[in-house]
Amino acid sequence: MPASSREWPLWEIFVRSRQGLSHKHVGSLRAVDAEMAIQNARDVYTRRREGESIWVVEASHIHASQPESRGPFFDPADDKIYRHPTFYDVPDGVENM
Amino acid sequence: MTTATDIDRKSLTEYLLRLGDTSLILGHRLSEWCGHGPVLEEDIAMSNIALDLIGQARLLYTYAGTVEGEGRDEDDFAFKRDVTDWKNLLLAEQPNGDFAATMVRQFLIDCFNVELYTSLSKSTDTELAAIAAKSLKEVTYHRRHSGEWIIRMGDGTDESHRRVQRALDDHWIFVDELFETDALDAAIVAAGIGPDLKSLRPAWDSMVDRVLAEATLTRPQTDFPRSGGRTGSHSEYLGFILSDLQFMQRAYPGMEW
Repeated sequence: MPASSREWPLWEIFVRSRQGLSHKHVGSLRAVDAEMAIQNARDVYTRRREGESIWVVEASHIHASQPESRGPFFDPADDKIYRHPTFYDVPDGVENM
Repeated sequence: MTTATDIDRKSLTEYLLRLGDTSLILGHRLSEWCGHGPVLEEDIAMSNIALDLIGQARLLYTYAGTVEGEGRDEDDFAFKRDVTDWKNLLLAEQPNGDFAATMVRQFLIDCFNVELYTSLSKSTDTELAAIAAKSLKEVTYHRRHSGEWIIRMGDGTDESHRRVQRALDDHWIFVDELFETDALDAAIVAAGIGPDLKSLRPAWDSMVDRVLAEATLTRPQTDFPRSGGRTGSHSEYLGFILSDLQFMQRAYPGMEW
């Protein structure tokens, strides 16, 4: 068996910070299963109190868009500047915009 | 801060050193893995746990120094006592061996610590209760970590099962000492400062048995339990640990950096 197939599976780690509303990808690590991945993530990525919640996803379960489809996928949005809400005058009385 | 007054300072100091010494020696043993862990993630996990334990020892030593009232601080307790002055459990000072041995030693003590600190967090000594409440969160995580490894190694490959069973068999002679009591413990119990250690055994047994069952491991038996750590009679390993731990302060007394 080649060394690579004896290695523990790779897990992608997502941590929600104390103020955060969503989990953010922070990195990846190896672990034998989900429970150990959560424990390892706790030790590797939250030892400075970075998080309140951890998600782990086995990397092989992530399906990604392909680099070669970047053009058809994303370029058509380039000339649709009206999709940004930047054409409105904000009244003086509105705060926190 | 209210210290229980119906126990003398010397006894309470001694009791705090017993607690602190086990934490420091176990923490030191784990720190020996730093840079040598089987994988990076586990190396960090063991170092984190070592730091928790050393942190517990610092709090306990500092409080012991206050109770004793002779001006000793955490460093004096850690660096300026010889083997027979140390009161840690024999189990804590046993060598790391392989990863299975380290996790077995850790798991047996973690299970004990969870019961101990649960009880100490209700101590009549408010300072000790506060230290215990903080430590309880840490040791609860330690037990989860070591317990999950025991399950995975026991219910893993033939080799991992063999190694973890052997580690259990080897360390079982040090288990009874965890629950051993003497006159000092009786005074501590009478003052409401700490639990009767014997009373912690049923909960420890049921937790250990539950994990061993899931790990398909056999609970060992021993006819020759070892003890003496709490009164300063140690295995040959402690001297080597101290020569490592205390080298700098022995070679350069009072050195700071």
